[in-house]
Amino acid sequence: MSDNLLNIKNVSKEYYGNKVLKNINIELKKGEIHALIGENGAGKSTLMNILFGMPVIHSTGGFEGKIEIEDKEVNIKTPHEAMDYGIGMVHQEFMLIPGFTIAENIKLNREITNPNIVSKVFGKRYETLDYKKMNEDARKALDTLDMDIDEFTTVAGLPIGHMQFIEIAREIDKTGIKILVFDEPTAVLAESEAKNLLKAMKKLASTGIGIIFISHRLDEIIDVADKVTVLRDGEHVATKDIKDTSAIEIAQLMIGRKVSIDRSESAERKTTDETILSIKDLHVAMPGERVMGIDLEVKKGEILGIGGLAGQGKLGIANGLMGIYPAKGEIIFNGNKLELNNPKGSIKAGIGFVSEDRKGIGLLLEESIELNIAFTAMQINNEFLTDLGLLKLKNSGKIRKHALEMIKDLDIRCTSPSQKTGRLSGGNQQKVCVARALTQNPILLFVSEPTRGIDIGAKKLVLDLLLQLNQEYGMTVIMTSSELAELRSICDKIAIICEGKVEGILSPLASDAEFGLMMSGSSKLADERSGS
Amino acid sequence: MDNVTGERLKVKRDSSWILDNIVTIIFVVFIVFGFIVSRGVSVNFFLNELTSRIFRNSFLVLSLIIPVLAGLGLNFGIVIGAMAGQIAIAIVRYFGLGGMSNLLLCFAIAFPFAALFGYFAGLLYNKTRGQEMIAGLIVGYFANGIYQFLFLFTVGKIIKVNPTHPMINPSGIGIRMTVDLVPVAEGGLKYALDNIAKIPFMWAVLIVAVSILALIIVKNLKSKNTKKDLMFFVNIALCILMIGISVFAIATNNSLMLVNEVPVVTALLIVALCVFNELIIKTKLGQDFRSVGQNQHIAEVQGINVDRTRIIATIMSTVLAAWGQIIFLQNMGTLNTYNAHTQIGMFSVASLLVGGASTSKANIKHAMIGTILFNAMFIMSPEIGQAMFGNALLGEYFRTFMVYGVIGLALGLYVWRQNKKLVNKLDE
Repeated sequence: MSDNLLNIKNVSKEYYGNKVLKNINIELKKGEIHALIGENGAGKSTLMNILFGMPVIHSTGGFEGKIEIEDKEVNIKTPHEAMDYGIGMVHQEFMLIPGFTIAENIKLNREITNPNIVSKVFGKRYETLDYKKMNEDARKALDTLDMDIDEFTTVAGLPIGHMQFIEIAREIDKTGIKILVFDEPTAVLAESEAKNLLKAMKKLASTGIGIIFISHRLDEIIDVADKVTVLRDGEHVATKDIKDTSAIEIAQLMIGRKVSIDRSESAERKTTDETILSIKDLHVAMPGERVMGIDLEVKKGEILGIGGLAGQGKLGIANGLMGIYPAKGEIIFNGNKLELNNPKGSIKAGIGFVSEDRKGIGLLLEESIELNIAFTAMQINNEFLTDLGLLKLKNSGKIRKHALEMIKDLDIRCTSPSQKTGRLSGGNQQKVCVARALTQNPILLFVSEPTRGIDIGAKKLVLDLLLQLNQEYGMTVIMTSSELAELRSICDKIAIICEGKVEGILSPLASDAEFGLMMSGSSKLADERSGS
Repeated sequence: MDNVTGERLKVKRDSSWILDNIVTIIFVVFIVFGFIVSRGVSVNFFLNELTSRIFRNSFLVLSLIIPVLAGLGLNFGIVIGAMAGQIAIAIVRYFGLGGMSNLLLCFAIAFPFAALFGYFAGLLYNKTRGQEMIAGLIVGYFANGIYQFLFLFTVGKIIKVNPTHPMINPSGIGIRMTVDLVPVAEGGLKYALDNIAKIPFMWAVLIVAVSILALIIVKNLKSKNTKKDLMFFVNIALCILMIGISVFAIATNNSLMLVNEVPVVTALLIVALCVFNELIIKTKLGQDFRSVGQNQHIAEVQGINVDRTRIIATIMSTVLAAWGQIIFLQNMGTLNTYNAHTQIGMFSVASLLVGGASTSKANIKHAMIGTILFNAMFIMSPEIGQAMFGNALLGEYFRTFMVYGVIGLALGLYVWRQNKKLVNKLDE
C-alpha cells in the first residue's frame, strides 16, 4: 500500500494509428506538486484528456494502460465521473461567465436551491436559487485563498489574476477534491499575480491536495514543484526530483534533438544590412495569439524565423501586419510607413502572406487551382483582367498561361489547372498558396506554419521552395512555425516569441538548452549561464 | 497575498449612453415630433388607441424574453406559437363555444400544439447554432405554408365539417378569410377576457404608478448599495408626477376620465407573465438559461445539458406566444385566418428592440417601454403623413419603414459594438 493519490501506469494512446502517447508513468503523492512539461504536441493535453475522461478519447478507441486513484483502478468515462473521483481542473482559458457574479461562477451548475410550490410539481430544475447560501460558500472558498474581494462582484472587468483565482475557488469549493490540475495557469498572468498563484498552490498542496502543474515556465517549476516529468513527442523522457535537476537540464530534455538538422550552410547567403521591415511596439488582438508589444527588424534578403510555443503570439505578427486582426503599432516597410488594419494596403505595399489557416482563409477550396493562384492579383493589382471600360472581365487565357507556369515552377502535382484546390493534398495546397502569394510579386513573404498538416516528404519540398525563392529572387522571407527543427534548417536567425513579446533572437546553430530556456520565458537563466 | 486586494476595477464603458439607447431615442423624438406637427390628434384619441394596443400586444412581446436569456436571440419563430393559438380558437369557435371558460379551453388546446411546435423549432435551432434568428424567420414562413394547407384544404376535404357552418367557405372546403369571434355577450369569444372587469383609465394609471413607486423604493431599501444615482430620482419624480396627474383627473373628473376603461384581467395576466419571467430567472432552470446564453461552451464543460436547455426555452416562448395570440384575438374580435399571425414576429421583435433590448439582452422593462413606444409610433405615423404630406397613406408606408429599419439598425448596432469591444481590447 503506497500513499500515492494517483498512478498513471503505462498509458498509451493512438489517434487513427498515430501514436501520441507511449507508455507514460506518473505517480502523484498527497500534497505533492508534480510539474509536467513538454513542447506543443508532446502529449500533455492528451494525457489530461485521458485523466478527465473527455469524449474525444473514448470516441477514438480509448487508451491503453491503467489509471489508479488511491491505489484503486478506475475507469473514467466522462468529465462528470472525473469530478466524482475528486479530480479538478483549472483551465488555461477561463471557464468563467463574464456576466455572472463571482459566487454564481463558483457555483456554476452546482447551484444551491430551495424547493418551492412549482418545483414540487415540475421537478428539481424549477427550484429557487438560494443566493445567500451560494454567496456564503463562495466566501468560504475565497477566504481559503486569502482573496478579499466581494463575492457578489461580476466577473467582467476583473483583472485576469483574479479570474484565475475564481477558477481555483470553484475547484476547491467542490467537496472531496483530491487532485487538482493546473493547465498553464500562469501563462496569462503578470509576474506579481503569478507569484500569488504559486503561493496559493503551495498552500493548497499543504492541505493534502495533489497538484499536477502543467507549465512551460521553468523558473516557476523550479520554484514550486517537488517533481517534474518531461514529455517529448508523446514519450516519457524523464521524471526527476526538482532538487536533483536544474532549469537548463529540463530545457535540454524538453527540446531534445528530434531530427538531425540538414542545414546546408552556403557561403553565398545574400543578406544585406539594409532594413526592409521595422516593427515598433506592435499589438495585435488575435484571439489566442495576442501580440503585446513586439519590436523587430528584418534585413533585406534574409530568412527570419519566428518561433515559440502555441498561444504566445507568434502567429499574431503576420496576421496583424496583414490586417486580418485589429492591430496597432508603427511599421516601416520598404522605407514607407505601413498603414495597419488594411489588408489591401498591406498587399499593395508588396507583402505576400501564406496563412497558417490554409483551408480557412488561404484557399478557395471550391475553386480551381488557376483561379486561386490569380485571385489576389486580380483583386488587388487588377492583373489578369481585360478592361472594357465599364466592366472588367477576367482574362482566362492569361490566367491559364500563368497557372501552368506556376504549376511547372513549383511542381504542383495536379490533374489540370482547373482542378479544385479542395481535392489536392496538403503539400500541393500549400504550394498553391505560395504560388498565389508569388503572383503578387511580393517584396517580402510571410509564411505561417508552412508544413502544418503536410507529410514529411512534402515538408522538405516546401522548405526547399522557400529557400530557393530566397536565394534566386532575393525575396525576404519571414517564416513562422511551431516546429523548431524546420526553422533551424533554413532560417538565418530565429526570433523566439514568448507572452506576446520577443524573448530573444538566436542563431539557428544555438544549443537546445538555449532554445528551450527562451521558449519558456527563462532567458534570464540563459544569461546567467553564458555569464558563468 | 499582498497584491490581491479588494480593489474593484471600474468596468470600462464601451460606448456612450446615447449610442446604447439610440433606437429608443429615435422613437421618442419621432413621437414628440408627431405631436408637434399634427395638431389634430387629441390626447384622448391617442391614449385610447395606445391602451388598447398595449393590452393586445404586451403578452406577445414578453414571450420573447426567455429565448434572449438563453442565447437564442430574438425568436422570430413565435409566429408558429401564434398559429397554435389560432388553431385552438378555430376549434373552439367551430363548436360555437364562447365565454370565459371556453377561452380557458382555448389556452388548454393551444398548449400541446405550441409545445410540440416549439420542440421542433428548438431542435432546428440547435442544428442552426448562430443562425437561430434567420432560422426562426424561415420556420415562420414554412409553417405558414402548412397552416394554409391545413386551413384551406384539409378542413372540409379530409376533416369532415359541416359545409353550412358560418366559419366554412361556401364551397364547403376551407375556413373563411375572416371569422367573426362573436361578442362574449352573444356567447362568443370577443372580449371574453377584457370584459370580466374594467376600471377607468386614470385609476389604472394611479395604481400602476403607485405600485412602480413602491417597487422602486422597496428594491432600493433592500439593496446594500447606499449610493443613489440620477435615474433613481428621475424615476421617483416620474411616478409622483403620474400619481399627481391621475389624482387631479379623478378629483376634477376632467376630460382624461373619458379615456376608455381598461381591462383588469388582461392586465393581471400581463403582470403575471412579468412576474413569471422574473421568477424563472431565480430558479435553477433560469440560471441554466443564463449560463447557456452567455457561453454555451463553458456551460457544457460544467455539465449543463445545453441542447435540452435551449429546447425548453424555445418551447416556453412558443407556448407563451400562443397564449399571447389568443389574448390578442379576443380583443380584436375577428380572426383574420390567413394574416393575423404573419406580422406578429416582426412587430413583437421590433417592439422589444425599440425598448432598448438587443439580441443578447432583454428584460421586462425593455418589453414594456418598447411596446408603448412602438405602438405610439404606429398611431402617430398616419397622422404625420397627413400633416406633412396631406396623405395618411404615406404614414402607413413609413410605418413599415420604421419596423424593418429599427430591426436592421438594432442588429447592426449590436454587431458594431461587439467589433468595437475587440478593438478596445488593444488598449488594455
